[in-house]
Amino acid sequence: MRVRVQPEPFDYGAECAGFGQGGRDVGAVVTFLGVVRDDSGALARMEIEHYPGMTEKAIAAIAEEATARWALADVLVIHRHGALVPGEAIMMVATAARHRAAAFAAAEFLMDYLKSRAPFWKKEYGPDGAEWVAAKDEDETALKRW
Amino acid sequence: MIEVLYFAWVRERIGVPREKVETGAATVADLVEELKAREERYAAAFADVSALRVALDQELAEFSAPLSGVSEVAFFPPMTGG
Repeated sequence: MRVRVQPEPFDYGAECAGFGQGGRDVGAVVTFLGVVRDDSGALARMEIEHYPGMTEKAIAAIAEEATARWALADVLVIHRHGALVPGEAIMMVATAARHRAAAFAAAEFLMDYLKSRAPFWKKEYGPDGAEWVAAKDEDETALKRW
Repeated sequence: MIEVLYFAWVRERIGVPREKVETGAATVADLVEELKAREERYAAAFADVSALRVALDQELAEFSAPLSGVSEVAFFPPMTGG
C-alpha cells in the first residue's frame, strides 16, 4: 500500500505501469485518474488546501479498510494539493485484486471516501473571483452504499 | 492550552490558520461557544456549526466530543477531495 500527498504533478502512465503485476495472485488491476474539470467554461485555476498530517492518515485508513475488505494485493493513492489548471490530473487510485469485481469495487469505495472523508478543500478561481467548492449531498449519500 | 486549526473558508473568516487557545472547555461545543463570545469574526465563522466538521488530534469527531487529553482541534467545512 502506498499513499502520496504532494503538490507536484505525477506521471499516471509510469505509476500504472507495473502496478500490482509480477505476483501470481493478481488477476485484475483497476486504475482511476481524476482530472480538473471546468464546468463554467471560465475556470482559471483551482487551489486545493489540505490538512498536513491528517490527510495522509485519513487516506491510509481508507486504503487499509479497502485492502482488508476486498483482499487487495496492492493499493496506490496519489492526491495533489496546491494550484491546478483545468485538464491537469488531481489524483489517482489503483487497486490490484484476484478478480475484477473486487478491484472495481475497491476503487469506487476509495473514490467515494476520498471525496468526503479526506481533508481537502477546493477553491475555484474565475473572472468573477474565487469560490470554495461546496460538498454535495450525493457525496455523503454515496458512502451509504458501502 | 490547545492548538486550534482552521481550514478553507473557516480560516479565511477567522483570519489565521492556527492559534493556541487557553480554554477550560469540556467539549468541542463548549469551545465553539467560548470562541464565538470572543470576537465577531469567530461568531461569523461558527454561525452555523451544522455546516462545519471537527477533527480532534487529526481524527473526525462530533461537536459533543470531550476535549480532555486533546492537543489539536481543527475546524473546517465538509471536505471536497477526489
